[in-house]
Amino acid sequence: MAKPILVLAEQHRGEIADITFEMLGAARAVAGATGAPVFALLLGSDAVPLTARLGAADKVFLVDTPTLDAPVPSAAATALKTVQEQAQADLVFIGCTNISLGIGPILATRTGLPLVNFCRALRVEGNALVCTSQLFGGKIAADVKLPDMRGIVCLYPGAFPAEAGRGDKPPAVEKVPLLVDPPKVIFKQYLQPETGDVDITKQSVLVGVGRGIQTQDNVQLAEELAQALGGAVCASRPVIDQGWLPLSRQVGKSGLSVKPRVYLAFGISGAPEHWEGIQNSQCIIAINTDSKAPIFDGAHYGAVADALEVLPVLIEKVKARKG
Amino acid sequence: MNLYVLLKMVPDTVEELNVAADGKSLDTEFLRFKVSDPDEHALEQALILKEKHGGTVTVVALEAPEVDEVLFTALAKGADRALKITTDQTRLGAFAAAQVYAAFFKAGPGQITPETLILAGSQAIDDLEGELAAYLAETLGLPYLGVVCNVARANGKLIVLKEFAGGLRGQFEIGLPAVLGVQSAEKPPRYVPVAKVRAVMKSAKIETVEVGVSEPAVRLQLERLYKPEVAGRAQMLEGTPEEIAEKIVEVLAKQGIL
Repeated sequence: MAKPILVLAEQHRGEIADITFEMLGAARAVAGATGAPVFALLLGSDAVPLTARLGAADKVFLVDTPTLDAPVPSAAATALKTVQEQAQADLVFIGCTNISLGIGPILATRTGLPLVNFCRALRVEGNALVCTSQLFGGKIAADVKLPDMRGIVCLYPGAFPAEAGRGDKPPAVEKVPLLVDPPKVIFKQYLQPETGDVDITKQSVLVGVGRGIQTQDNVQLAEELAQALGGAVCASRPVIDQGWLPLSRQVGKSGLSVKPRVYLAFGISGAPEHWEGIQNSQCIIAINTDSKAPIFDGAHYGAVADALEVLPVLIEKVKARKG
Repeated sequence: MNLYVLLKMVPDTVEELNVAADGKSLDTEFLRFKVSDPDEHALEQALILKEKHGGTVTVVALEAPEVDEVLFTALAKGADRALKITTDQTRLGAFAAAQVYAAFFKAGPGQITPETLILAGSQAIDDLEGELAAYLAETLGLPYLGVVCNVARANGKLIVLKEFAGGLRGQFEIGLPAVLGVQSAEKPPRYVPVAKVRAVMKSAKIETVEVGVSEPAVRLQLERLYKPEVAGRAQMLEGTPEEIAEKIVEVLAKQGIL
């Protein structure tokens, strides 16, 4: 029988993240072709009640050592390696998320297994697993072969259906006694995000701005449009990093996920990190000078144009329409 | 502090990217390179730490197109030394690059002292094998944290902030020496005028270093690179900015917004 697939379940502060179900679903799909069992690994002393939610796994390994409560990559990698060896799982799935970032390379260094990052699709070819990854902000795809199904794969959030990884039947649970040395990286506390003046997750219209907006003054144009539409302004990482808008307006991997009725994207290329945060919007309208920008592949409407030329005219027209 | 910043060159995605005839690499003919965005933040964070706590900032890069300009720019911004390792970065995965840097730190001229902090970008757009900082930290046996957005020093330790999601941040305490993957510096990277970079090019030098790593290990079997097959494509609104704006208004009306 094929060797097991081990999924590092991602839980954060007592909640199972969607990526966990996405990974379990992806693992089930691979297992469907190879007959491999699917195992999940849950870490942390508060993880016990969460095992029941991982019914898509044939078995859940649980390491409830308190030293694993804090999200420290090297400690998680230690537990993962122990269980991976015990279960003889040569194929390991990890989430391509901020929480799990770093665990993969540490495990790869310790085990010698190859690692494939940014994975968005998987297929079985004979004895090999072919992983499709997106590189260069989504502009180029790469197919990488893992011979004999051996490797560590970091799966991109939102790329695999979460529904396929949800299961009701309570899985078998195996507790793994493991002492993990207190890590050299010591977790102190969480810092809650400062609540901004506006909650962008609750808006029905969002005007998103990216690098193409060029200057802080131009952000004001987007603000004017948002006001005319009764919505709010948000931004991709480069704009936030410049300090042009507060952190509470950041959309994407490190920021918030939004799902407005309309998302207007001005000068946003649509890199995977940003797309992750806007993909559930009902209608996405993208304006970008680069006709090859990945945002046009996912948006509902697009225009190849300079955001700074469209914005002033659009503001006028919206205002005229509103009377 | 003994601060090292590892700088990596990546293709500028503003330009169109094409796949070369071998189907496994990018066509470099019209490719422009720039320093990876998070690496610029790593440099900024290092310069801020130096300004607050003293010490030296050494920038290090592997051989790559247009890398000299990036190293000179770092010197113009306030780095004290710029080193270029002669190993070619092109086609080197993160694991192999980490082995080169590990040799640089183990055998010199890089030095791990109780005051050493190595900063790299948290992740690069072509990190097919994962993050350099994590590979390097593990190879050197040093503590590591990624997605870092602030580094301060208190009582001889580092107080580091890491980004999670939804604006949530975690605070960690890390002893030196350590390796950090920086996502964003506490302030936007500083601007340096071209004239100052030119002046530095005349007065300063990039030191070239050879590192004794025989052919670095290739771990991944890359089958092919290609432009992603597009599942859908936006309905394109054509015309002048005026006409485009008019069509957007129609869409907004259809969506019940106007």
